[in-house]
Amino acid sequence: MAADLYSAKVRESRAYLSLLLTPLQWVIDVPSRFAGEVSDIVVDRSLLVKENAKLKSEALLLERKVQQNDALWFENNRLRELLKGSHRVDEEVQLVELIGVNPDPFQHQVIINRGSEDHVVLGQPILDAGGVMGQVTEISYYTSRVMLITDARHALPVEINRNGFRTIAIGKGDLDELELDHVPDTADIQENDLVITSGLGGRFPRGYPVAIVSKVIRDPGQQFARVRIKPTALLDKSRHLLLVSMPEVPIVSADTQPEDPVTASEEER
Amino acid sequence: MNSGAPAPSGGGGLIILATFLVGLMLSQIPLPYYLEWARPEWVAMILIYWVMALPHRVGMGVAFFLGLFLDVIKGSVLGLNALSLTIIAFLTLLLHQRLRMFPVVQQALMVMVLVGINQLLFHWMQAFTGYTGDNLIFLLPCLISAVLWPWLFVVLRGIRRLFRIK
Repeated sequence: MAADLYSAKVRESRAYLSLLLTPLQWVIDVPSRFAGEVSDIVVDRSLLVKENAKLKSEALLLERKVQQNDALWFENNRLRELLKGSHRVDEEVQLVELIGVNPDPFQHQVIINRGSEDHVVLGQPILDAGGVMGQVTEISYYTSRVMLITDARHALPVEINRNGFRTIAIGKGDLDELELDHVPDTADIQENDLVITSGLGGRFPRGYPVAIVSKVIRDPGQQFARVRIKPTALLDKSRHLLLVSMPEVPIVSADTQPEDPVTASEEER
Repeated sequence: MNSGAPAPSGGGGLIILATFLVGLMLSQIPLPYYLEWARPEWVAMILIYWVMALPHRVGMGVAFFLGLFLDVIKGSVLGLNALSLTIIAFLTLLLHQRLRMFPVVQQALMVMVLVGINQLLFHWMQAFTGYTGDNLIFLLPCLISAVLWPWLFVVLRGIRRLFRIK
């Protein structure tokens, strides 16, 4: 046991062991995949038509947002260049699927269907449609293990979207609640504020939604305010997840001038 | 399978392995979050049965390797479950003659104690490596295991008799 805690060699053997278990995990996942496929086949036409219409309208809405987003992205980059700041770089994402959940309720971990063969690296962030889910903590050949942000051992650098107040979101081992750490009583945090990743610490890209502030308790007897937040990601429901590859951030020194702002930013994309 | 004509050693090694594999699968089937706390310790129960029924074939060595796999599944430090399952196997080996004489309900009580020891050891050692639980709910699986024991016992005994594993 001590060997596992302290030596990397044992970690490797662990990867081999989990390789042995990978077929078991696939077999267990079969019923839920099968159920999904059956419900895809046995669905009536009017429902599909309705769903199609709904998705189309949704796509339209999202496209409008993206158009604006694109313009904003370029504008942002141009402004950053005016200030001689560095570019924001787009992250690459990879679609992955959840194939298992850790049976130990004390640990909030899920297993995804990509491993070192698919170039997953330690510490890679995982998102779902709602927001940040967690990070990769263990890699085997065809699967890897993701620690969710609600795990009692997880902490995540975040900021409040409204005013940029930086803090850290600590998991409590509770699937629908996290807590903000060391928030002064006077900090400007209100209920329903959006909490996003701050990108400090370098593990998670900046600006992804993490949670909504659900409760702020200011007790004069306590040193810090207690802020409870509710994750926006569907931590116990999402099946299709996004694995984000953090780009190698180029170190731009102050005196190298990019030639033309627009072309430079297009190259970055 | 070698079920039809039992080998001189008693045969059925594959069958025993298959029951353990099913146990490993059952112990990682996804459950709703609140049911997760009540997940019975399948592998420990199946291990107790086989050690009780065939102490000369299934013992602490098997328990150790099963524990390693369980560790990988649960993402715990390698060797935690191996140690606790080995201890259970040892205790069952000590008790197996008495366990065989017990009526099923009394067996279930003993299973509760054994699985409880497993849970206590496991969570005590987990706490060393940083996972803490603040209440005793982690003992719930041993109760559930005891409740399910009579059925599991009948099924496994059926399997053992069907394939004449000795």
